[in-house]
Amino acid sequence: MEVTLAFVIGGLYAAGIYLMMRRSIVKLIIGLALLGHAANLLIFTIGRLVRGAPPIIDHGKTHLIGQFADPVPEALILTAIVIGFGVSAFAIVLIWRSHETVGTDDLDEMRSTDSFD
Amino acid sequence: MNILLILPILIPLLTAISSLLAWRNRSLQRVFSTTGACALFGVSLALFAVVWQDGVQASQMGNWPAPFGITMVADLFSALMVVLTGLTGLGVVVYSLAAIDPERESFGFHALMHFLLMGVCGAFLTGDIFNLYVWFEVLLISSFVLLQLGGEKAQLEGAIKYVTINLVSSALFLTAIAILYGMVGTLNMADLAVQLKSADRQEMLTTVSVLFLLAFGIKAAIFPLFFWLPASYHTPPAPVSAIFAGLLTKVGVYALVRVFTLMFVQQSEQLSRLILVAAGLTMTTGILGALVQNDFRRVLSFNLVSHIGYMIMGLGLFTPLALAGTVFYTIHDVLVKTCLFLVGGIIYRLRGTYKLSKLGGLYQARPVVAVVFLVPALSLAGVPPLSGFWGKFILIKAGLDRQAYLMVAVALVVGLLTLYSMAIVWSEAFWKRAPDDRQAEAPLLPTAQLHSRLLYFIPVGVLACLMVLIGALPEPFYDIAGRAAEQLMNPTDYVRTVLGRLP
Repeated sequence: MEVTLAFVIGGLYAAGIYLMMRRSIVKLIIGLALLGHAANLLIFTIGRLVRGAPPIIDHGKTHLIGQFADPVPEALILTAIVIGFGVSAFAIVLIWRSHETVGTDDLDEMRSTDSFD
Repeated sequence: MNILLILPILIPLLTAISSLLAWRNRSLQRVFSTTGACALFGVSLALFAVVWQDGVQASQMGNWPAPFGITMVADLFSALMVVLTGLTGLGVVVYSLAAIDPERESFGFHALMHFLLMGVCGAFLTGDIFNLYVWFEVLLISSFVLLQLGGEKAQLEGAIKYVTINLVSSALFLTAIAILYGMVGTLNMADLAVQLKSADRQEMLTTVSVLFLLAFGIKAAIFPLFFWLPASYHTPPAPVSAIFAGLLTKVGVYALVRVFTLMFVQQSEQLSRLILVAAGLTMTTGILGALVQNDFRRVLSFNLVSHIGYMIMGLGLFTPLALAGTVFYTIHDVLVKTCLFLVGGIIYRLRGTYKLSKLGGLYQARPVVAVVFLVPALSLAGVPPLSGFWGKFILIKAGLDRQAYLMVAVALVVGLLTLYSMAIVWSEAFWKRAPDDRQAEAPLLPTAQLHSRLLYFIPVGVLACLMVLIGALPEPFYDIAGRAAEQLMNPTDYVRTVLGRLP
């Protein structure tokens, strides 16, 4: 399972970066979202993929024994997803507004702030 | 629980919320905003005094013992950065009372500014690496909205570049945290410092540390990751540019210093050559970019990039003296960059343009503006006896001690080129005759009444006076920087205070 997810995560990173290299601002945003998902899945995988092993200490024991699903990464992903959601929402409105104001969806034409004069 | 560690976050939060509640009442927002900024500055000074006297302060949120709960911690470097945040925050808020237009103000400018200050203070005070990510996001989202507030074409174009590259940096940061947690199973920075010393697979840790270097390098705008900065920082109104230039890149520098002095100590020795090369190239490419620009604020943006190189140089040299140089230079750079961008706003208000070719004759018409420009400009170039001279002096001394002669040569040459770049601005904007004669005779600050003029000039004047003060009396500031560097180089106090025991 870990191996499958590793390939999925790698694929998501690659796809995200590929999309960000494109000139369309819509693809840029999708690429950013994929990059965020890749990072979230990576955290998820780090929390160990085991089935039916909650992090609960048995009665009379003092610590966890053997494999268990780490709850901390899950809490981290939850935070990261919420943040990612807010930021994506902002980014989508931003590209919509820029498309309206600048009148293009081509990143190569958005260079007035980079031009020399 | 030490309340002083929470107040720098709580005060901007409450200020922002009350400004939001007073959505329709701009004058009430202005009152809240100014009061909040004053309170933040006062609290930051109190925090600094406590840290200066009693050493590192730590506080566990919800009383969960460290490394399980969330820790807020202030050593001298963090406390110093919080003071600088309070100072620039107050200066920029006062300036913005006169400089920001009513439209932006009624769309929540003050609330956003305080959310930004909250994020910055949180990033400086947190003792938890994932929490650092969260505070980064808080300050980023506020800066996104501040950057595009007003919705001008240039702002939106700049915002797309700024948002994209910062989200990439956040994704890298998150990836680095994930791998780090997978390796050692803790997120508390003090605990990480202990665990990483004995961690196996050091080569994997090097990879993680490079990921952190990339993520924070983007935020700090070091070579070759800085191209977003000159593309976006000159687009918003002057107060926003000023707070961005003064604080945001320094948050990146702070994070780099914190991570590489506390957690990745071994890696920072391996990477020191890489960091030094990046520092040298940041300085040179930045200043070469500044020399060819024709827009006042783009000159400043490239200079901003260039001078990040000096702070990174101190980290690369990695001696107590070099880190003291980094801390000292950070103090100086926050003041200078904020001040210069604010002066840029005054010039824009006077002449309605930032183009150097269209400016001119300001020295004759407005000698006061010329003086408040000249002080930070010369300080930036490192002319004695201003603050920049001592910052560069310490760093170059540290470089000579480490026999990093090439680095020292680059730093000196870039200092000269900075002077050249400031001289260009001086001769174009102040010295030469105004290209349009009517412009020179036009009433200056036509609508500005006395109190609005004061609001423009007091923050700039105070910042300029501070530069002169640091230049004239460098010793107390050097003491602060030296002690902060000592704590950074030897983080036992930090670890002991956070974990409540010796490792």
